[in-house]
Amino acid sequence: MYFGRFDPSKGESLQILDPQGRIVKGFEPGLPDARIRELYERLCLMRQADRAAMNLQREGRLGTYAPVYGQEACQASSAFLESSDWMVPSYRESGALFMRGVPLSSIYRYWMGDERGMSFAEGTCVFPIQIVVGAQPLHAVGLAWAMKLQAEKAAAVAYFGDGASSEGAVHEAMNFAGVFQTPTVFICQNNQFAISLPRRQQTAAATIAQRASSYGFPGLLVDGNDLLAVAAAMQEALTDAREGRGPRLIEMLTYRFGPHTTSDDPTKYRTDAELEAHKPLDPLLRLRAYLQSKKLWNDTDEARIMEKGLAEADEAIHQAEAMAPAPVTDIFAYTYRRQPPYLKRQQEDFLAFSASKSGGESHG
Amino acid sequence: MAKLNIVSAINQALDQEMARNNRMIILGEDVGLEGGVFRVTDGLQAKYGAQRVMDTPLAESGIVGTAIGLAAGGMLPVAEIQFEGFLHVAMDQICNQLARMRTRSRGRLGLGVVIRVPWGGGIHAPELHSDSPETMLVHTPGLTIVQPSNPSDAKGLMLSALRLGEPVIFCEPKRIYRAVRGEVSEEDYTVPIGKAHVAREGKDLTIVAWGAMMREALAAAEELQAKDVSAEVIDLRTLSPMDSETIIESVRKTGRLLITHEAPRTLGLGAEIAARVAEEALSSLRAPIERVTGFDTVMPLSQLEEHYLPDRRRILAGCEKILSF
Repeated sequence: MYFGRFDPSKGESLQILDPQGRIVKGFEPGLPDARIRELYERLCLMRQADRAAMNLQREGRLGTYAPVYGQEACQASSAFLESSDWMVPSYRESGALFMRGVPLSSIYRYWMGDERGMSFAEGTCVFPIQIVVGAQPLHAVGLAWAMKLQAEKAAAVAYFGDGASSEGAVHEAMNFAGVFQTPTVFICQNNQFAISLPRRQQTAAATIAQRASSYGFPGLLVDGNDLLAVAAAMQEALTDAREGRGPRLIEMLTYRFGPHTTSDDPTKYRTDAELEAHKPLDPLLRLRAYLQSKKLWNDTDEARIMEKGLAEADEAIHQAEAMAPAPVTDIFAYTYRRQPPYLKRQQEDFLAFSASKSGGESHG
Repeated sequence: MAKLNIVSAINQALDQEMARNNRMIILGEDVGLEGGVFRVTDGLQAKYGAQRVMDTPLAESGIVGTAIGLAAGGMLPVAEIQFEGFLHVAMDQICNQLARMRTRSRGRLGLGVVIRVPWGGGIHAPELHSDSPETMLVHTPGLTIVQPSNPSDAKGLMLSALRLGEPVIFCEPKRIYRAVRGEVSEEDYTVPIGKAHVAREGKDLTIVAWGAMMREALAAAEELQAKDVSAEVIDLRTLSPMDSETIIESVRKTGRLLITHEAPRTLGLGAEIAARVAEEALSSLRAPIERVTGFDTVMPLSQLEEHYLPDRRRILAGCEKILSF
């Protein structure tokens, strides 16, 4: 059991796979080889899909996008949720949504400005992407609270970052979770930058994970570039939450290789040398090294999966772009369950105006 | 039928719905053991237990934010924000989150959340306990804003709000919480949301009010009657989505309109009502539209608040102005 064994306030963190891909002495991988291999393949697909989104934005085919490059192991945490566990994402969660089973084409469509990208089937325990930094952990606490009140054995997982940890709403979320002992797992991906602000200027605390103790529940700092550490922490936290042992906070220490979003220029706030110094810590490199050392992976496999990633991304982009734009009436369709009469009028007036202006061309 | 005040009428609505719907819960500051600072939830924790009537930490954003998750997770949360001045602390959760979740999820997460908030001035309270910030909420698409003016409506509107399946901000006029009493049926009944109520019929001018201002408007109408002026008084009841049809229909008949509210004048709801009437019934108007409202100032402390709050006399002066135009 890792919570309680590593004290984040002393800078202690969980690492199972070192940057060279070797199991740290005294630890076990914690997952069967076949599962590790499968997860590695998913991380490769995630990286290719993320890269494709960046390229699409550069070509003007997709709007602002927040990449997950470098954070793939953290994003894979969502692979350990049961279907009845809720996932409550921020905007830098394309990889986590992908791991949770949201189709790539839906994720692309959302970032292409198509609201239908966040239209999930009834019963899908995933909240839509939330943009205001730090607002969504409260929703995860409410969901977890609802499950506790209904005696359901499920957890709700809140995704946020080091920047969000400064927001008052995140404090309120952890405080409520502690008071009501809700089955909430807080995942703070500390990618060391909030746009331009480095983590050390975000808080004077040594770690974010240590805050958990002040809310009365355990926190754990993990190497967020180590998929095996992420998996172990996640499985333990989810089990604890589901079994009624209360909330857990996991700080996953990682590094954002890309910009904050496609609108950002990271050279303004960090040097190339710093970036290069972090590249050997790439979460994919060490997992690949581990698999190769166990003869579970070779260069042919690598070439094949990267090729497959490109093909899957291409296919998803094709699907996303092939969708007809949403009808203009969609603007009016979802604000209220029952449309107020004056809103109906606004819609009718606009449709009449559009029809007259375009010589009868339909927007509908 | 029993004569109840507004506090007891809302309490009865909450009680009856909790008995009927075991997914309903109440959360907020001091709502449990204490029964709320105005005692609106009095006795409910004793009756339904601390699992259903829950005292929360002192955090408005936390109360609304968790209510969003509770509703998405299958509960019917009824949250109390202790005073309207503290609503702003929760504004991100109300306006950016709660109001948008239906759209953001393409209709999947239409959230039945009721947020009860004691509203308005006139109780000699400290700063930020006497404001009327309804415009901020009405200007946020996706929210339903309700404000009753009497006990019977308070119960019926609350039962409607609890069954709406959409986010409702239920503004409770604290000045008349206990000052207005009326017959309230023990039965389960609802008062429709989105429908204004013609509280008094008349033919010479239309007065639109809501909440505590209804008492002043009705008193003014009574005095006008003595002068052979017949005033129609409309209780807006739902501030958003607003029923402008009932107002427009009335103005077509009377040709004169006065709107009164406690909130500051600029962009108060009176402005929107006046705009809609101007758009739909300009030719029916026989005088300029008159607004009798709070001033565009910070709400004063108790010593001066009676001068800030519109009352029967200011409404009468406004009526005389448009009647003599």
